[in-house]
Amino acid sequence: MTQTKAGIRIENLHLSFGETKVLEGIDMVIEPGEFFAFLGPSGSGKSTLLRAIAGFGPTPRGRILIGDRDIVNLPPWKRNVGMVFQSYALWPHMSVRRNVAFGLEERRMPTSKIAPKVEAALETVGLLHLADRMPGQLSGGQQQRVALARTIAIEPQVLLLDEPLSNLDAALRVQMRRELLALQRKLGLTTIFVTHDQEEANTTSDRMAVLDMGVIQQIGTPQQLYDHPVNSFVAGFLGTANVLDGAFDGAHFVTKAGQRLPVTARSDKATRIVLRPQNIRIASSGDGVSGTVRHREFLGSQIRYLIDTPDGQMIVDTLHATGQPPYGEGATVVLSIDSQSAALLED
Amino acid sequence: MSASTDTAARRFTLFPTLSGAAVAGIAIAIFLLAFLVLPVAQVLYVAFLDARTGAFTLQNFQDFFNTTLFRESFVNSFYVSAMSVVVATMIALPLAYITTRFNFAGTAAIQALGIIPLIMPPFVGAVAMSLLFGRNGSINLLLNQYFGLRIPFMEGLNGVILVQSIHYFPFILINLSASLRNIDRSMEEAAQNLGSHGMRMFRRIVFPLAMPGYLAGAALVFIKVFDDLGTPLLLNVNNMLAPQAYLRITGVGINDPMGYVISFILVVFSVFSLWASFLFMRGKDYATVQKGGGGLSRRDLKPREKWLAWGVILLILALVLSPHLGLLLLAFGTIWSFSPLPDGFTIQHFGTIFTQSSQYVWNTLVYAGSAALIDVVLGSAIAYIVIRTGLPGRKWLDYMATAALAVPGVVLGIGYLRMFHGTQLPFGMGQMSSFWGIIIIALAVRRLPYALRACMAALQQVSISLEEAAESLGASRSSTIRRIVVPLMTGGILAGFVTSFATAAVELSATIMLVGRSSDAPLAYGIYLYMQSPAGRGPGAALGILAVVIVALGTYLSQRIIERERSRQTTAGDQH
Repeated sequence: MTQTKAGIRIENLHLSFGETKVLEGIDMVIEPGEFFAFLGPSGSGKSTLLRAIAGFGPTPRGRILIGDRDIVNLPPWKRNVGMVFQSYALWPHMSVRRNVAFGLEERRMPTSKIAPKVEAALETVGLLHLADRMPGQLSGGQQQRVALARTIAIEPQVLLLDEPLSNLDAALRVQMRRELLALQRKLGLTTIFVTHDQEEANTTSDRMAVLDMGVIQQIGTPQQLYDHPVNSFVAGFLGTANVLDGAFDGAHFVTKAGQRLPVTARSDKATRIVLRPQNIRIASSGDGVSGTVRHREFLGSQIRYLIDTPDGQMIVDTLHATGQPPYGEGATVVLSIDSQSAALLED
Repeated sequence: MSASTDTAARRFTLFPTLSGAAVAGIAIAIFLLAFLVLPVAQVLYVAFLDARTGAFTLQNFQDFFNTTLFRESFVNSFYVSAMSVVVATMIALPLAYITTRFNFAGTAAIQALGIIPLIMPPFVGAVAMSLLFGRNGSINLLLNQYFGLRIPFMEGLNGVILVQSIHYFPFILINLSASLRNIDRSMEEAAQNLGSHGMRMFRRIVFPLAMPGYLAGAALVFIKVFDDLGTPLLLNVNNMLAPQAYLRITGVGINDPMGYVISFILVVFSVFSLWASFLFMRGKDYATVQKGGGGLSRRDLKPREKWLAWGVILLILALVLSPHLGLLLLAFGTIWSFSPLPDGFTIQHFGTIFTQSSQYVWNTLVYAGSAALIDVVLGSAIAYIVIRTGLPGRKWLDYMATAALAVPGVVLGIGYLRMFHGTQLPFGMGQMSSFWGIIIIALAVRRLPYALRACMAALQQVSISLEEAAESLGASRSSTIRRIVVPLMTGGILAGFVTSFATAAVELSATIMLVGRSSDAPLAYGIYLYMQSPAGRGPGAALGILAVVIVALGTYLSQRIIERERSRQTTAGDQH
């Protein structure tokens, strides 16, 4: 199957449902062939943005370009954008084969050409042997694959996936996301993946955009966003974060309670830093911030401590090694950090 | 409403081997056997008997199909039913689509449209319709005057088709709307995403998904029209099956085999189309609103589309209201003949019916009220036995009661005549077949399936844990039923009662066969009698207005009860 790779450019996009503003000033560029994720909590506008690209919902203000064609005013059926729905939306009155053939039939393709394309699409997702089943006779994972086959059969320029894994159980979810990624790499399709699960976004996407309240908070690779979040929302959404308020004084960040932490990064404006739990060292004595163990959770490979410090509670993760006794609740400990491990926040 | 189960529970001591539910179940089974299964079975059986010798024969069927009139009646009944489905679909389809797919200000008007026809029994409006749309009716007089043409709306079978489709289209509207509403918007969005839209998408995706609901409604319309006796009789169209059965039995006599052959055909068609629609529905319940779905897709209408939509709706509204309008004109008019409107207006017809015909109203209230009471008692008892007990054969109670759906009123009437003819009642009450009580039983049996559904639905809403809680706190089975189950079912039971009452009040098919004397006759029969002569049309229409008011009040009440129940259920549901 050959697709024309096309990038997506979104310029100053605004969208509202009546009085409620849902998307505000969205700008982004998605490169051809990129696997891109929209990540955000429910109500952040990520699904609305995806649906706007597909042409569903109210017409937004602004521009959406696929390649160099502005599609904002095109109806959904003229966009050549393939979408896989969260509920799969397989038509229950049609067999798998007829579901997959639908889009090609709508394109008035001769029947002789449709059959091989349908078979190729089903072959790609490994379901050719189920072509004559009805959707109701398939498992959730199989339905998902049919929905995917139906979409790639029309050879869209862009593939949109709306929470595609949310209806699958945990084990199948991990397997499906690997398959999705492998398929995307094979077809080289520009793909947008909507999810509220940061692990899904981290493991699949080349880059991602974190949305909240209809605004893009940050765009970057998963690692960039985790290590260098721009604000406390991104920091917190991508993982557990200890956010500390304070100010810089030379080579140190001075917290509100007066603790001096070594921080390499420099900014005159920044008044907050974020520390990931695994970047904080814990010891029974030595230099650093002293605190008391309030609570301990055994997570298997890790032990998570909740520690009272003069700057409030901090979360600290340590690797668990068999035979090594953990700190008990109420124990006095000392916390310290490397100077590279803190990230500065703008908010 | 707990009467049957309560008495059953008390009898527990008298019949120690049977539980209360079993006694109630057996009593209900006997009732249904005596007043539904046996009479109908007898009608079907007699169709195969030689009228003189009593030997088994197929001769009756041969005679039937060798008679031109009967062949014609058969074809006509089929044609009228099929065309009524077509016309009803043409009315219902745009309405259902507009309300479920667009943000449209007139949705309330359309919902009203779906109820208005049902509150008038079709035979009541039939005469009014011929005065409006007939050859010399208002519309054709005006058309002739201004355009020099007449349209044969009401000529022969056309009249039956028009009246029936205006009356029965709500069955299609309601079922089709429900189906359309159950289609998740992602189903349509996926089609658009793959390049489909407009009529093509409607034909390939939307309509097939709504098909089960549509077919259910269409099968219902087909059967109702096929079985209906009152409308063709009042329009004086006698070459259809149901009128022929009635005329043979009342004219030729109770032993004329043709009436039974026709009954056999009516029953076979009813059973067949109910069975076919069941088969078609099975495994095709496309309720596609699902997890992660987006609800319904509605869009705004463009200005031009909005005008078009209003135009269509107002046209249909005018059509649907025309029987009511005609009936009002007839009831308040003096003389109405060869003119678009009556010559003058009067309330004299209402005076006539109150002085001469108040027994019709009284009889109707007694008959329909008693029948509805029997229905909810049997309905809730059957519902309880089927859903909550492990009684062997309990499903058969449900099947038997529901089977009444497939029995046309004419057939039940003939069955009663045949079975109870010659059975003398004690205390000088005369023959059982002409005893007024038998009308109540006929009405009760005819309406039982509807009341049963209402009671079943009501009981299914009652979580079994509520009963278990009562039992674990020491309440016996019967006291749980009395103090927990019945109070919680009240709404559904009431709705069932009101629906049964309102529809039984205007039933004509079965009662027309069973009315012994005019003094025992209900409203529907009174209307039929009056409408026979031009002079009686005014009072007949006035009675018709009364019938419409009764049904409208009943419908309104049951809607209110159902809505109140629903809001109670949702607030109660929040606590879980």
